[in-house]
Amino acid sequence: MADADKPAIEVRGLTKSFGNNLALGGIDLEVETGKTLAVFGPNGAGKTTLIKILASIMKPTAGDVSINGLSLKDNAEAIRSHIGIVSHQTFLYGNLSAYENLRFYSRMYDVPHYQKRIKQVAAMVGMESRLYDRVGTLSRGMQQRFSIARALLHNPDIVLLDEPETGLDQQAIAMLWELLKEDSGKKRSVIFTSHSLERGLKACDELIIINKGKIACCRPGNTLDLCGLEQLYKENTGSVNATA
Amino acid sequence: MQLLNKAFVIAWKDILSETRAREIISSVLVFAVLVIVIFNFAFSGSQQEMRALAPGILWVTFSFAGVLSLNRSFIQEKEEGCLEGLMICPVSREAIYLGKMMSSLFFMLLIEAIVLPAFVLFFNVNVITLPIITLTLLATIGFVAVGTLFSALAVNTRAREMVLPILFFPIISPVIISAVSASELTLNGAPWSELASWVGIIAAFDVIFLTASYLIFGFIVEE
Repeated sequence: MADADKPAIEVRGLTKSFGNNLALGGIDLEVETGKTLAVFGPNGAGKTTLIKILASIMKPTAGDVSINGLSLKDNAEAIRSHIGIVSHQTFLYGNLSAYENLRFYSRMYDVPHYQKRIKQVAAMVGMESRLYDRVGTLSRGMQQRFSIARALLHNPDIVLLDEPETGLDQQAIAMLWELLKEDSGKKRSVIFTSHSLERGLKACDELIIINKGKIACCRPGNTLDLCGLEQLYKENTGSVNATA
Repeated sequence: MQLLNKAFVIAWKDILSETRAREIISSVLVFAVLVIVIFNFAFSGSQQEMRALAPGILWVTFSFAGVLSLNRSFIQEKEEGCLEGLMICPVSREAIYLGKMMSSLFFMLLIEAIVLPAFVLFFNVNVITLPIITLTLLATIGFVAVGTLFSALAVNTRAREMVLPILFFPIISPVIISAVSASELTLNGAPWSELASWVGIIAAFDVIFLTASYLIFGFIVEE
């Protein structure tokens, strides 16, 4: 499905308002295939709204989103099968076991040979031994690991991460980034939001800082060090709240 | 076929989840039986009098139990953002609606299948007849068609337990009125032909509101 000439993700004039409240005010961005874009910004800047629109959970008020050259407006269903999303919410049913949750999502995504793939992704997140436990009985960090397994189940081209490190320990955070890079040798395009400037800077190829629904700043990741990013963040948001 | 297949996957997930938690069936069943017991103590009279009261009591029980059941339908989807998890799947919003509707229909029919014999036991009025079962089935389809839509709408509001009945009962009243009237006729021995107009109203309601809810659902969950 990927069109080699087109960016993996292309956003033009994206606007979203909730009544009189403007959440996103004309966002333009591009993510090339295999590249990682970090989105920083204070609370309420519009990061989660941006992720939700890209994931087609929410409709934009105006603007266009293209994924692999296809318009999200006209091809949402087809595009969704190429997107994986990890959020601070797990999207897992607490009454079901992790295996039953993953089986449910496998059927929704038409994952071939899903029994094998479920075991594979559970092993990737280091949770094979808890695969048959009820999700509600697992710790927050374990649930988040299974949430990562759920997002990677259908081997997506594009991964959207909205504060994915919630509840994860240091080892699991490192594992998350490894998994995104290496799964069946696939070059994934990633957009992630984070409050951690340090981890975000390490993981990204490019970064943007959003403030009040607008892109305040856009830079290649390799042109900045942590001090430079902290300074840039402060200048563009007037805040030092993001954790270094 | 793909749409129905995905809808069945969603419905099966709900049924599996319910067999683990027993949040809907057990609580709604206890509530429904309690309503019947209370009415049984409140009204005592001859067989003739009970036959006159039976349709009202039966449909009040079904309606209140139904709202309680529908209230739970989207609450588990709200926990841990599971509704968003469904929405990022490569399936249409209509499949999600149909899946949720099918599971609600299954739960309600199961509750009704238990409530009907309990009703016979407490009131000594035979409501396990083909016309009553047909009416129950038809009315329940309309009930869950509208209820699933409003449940999705209400789940995002703060006072969802109150919002659902306030929105739901005015819309569903034609079904309840028709079901009560038709049940009254059949309990008094009226033939099928006399029920036809009431059955027609319920069937028309089912078709119109099932189609409308199916089409509107996507806008409700995305906005």
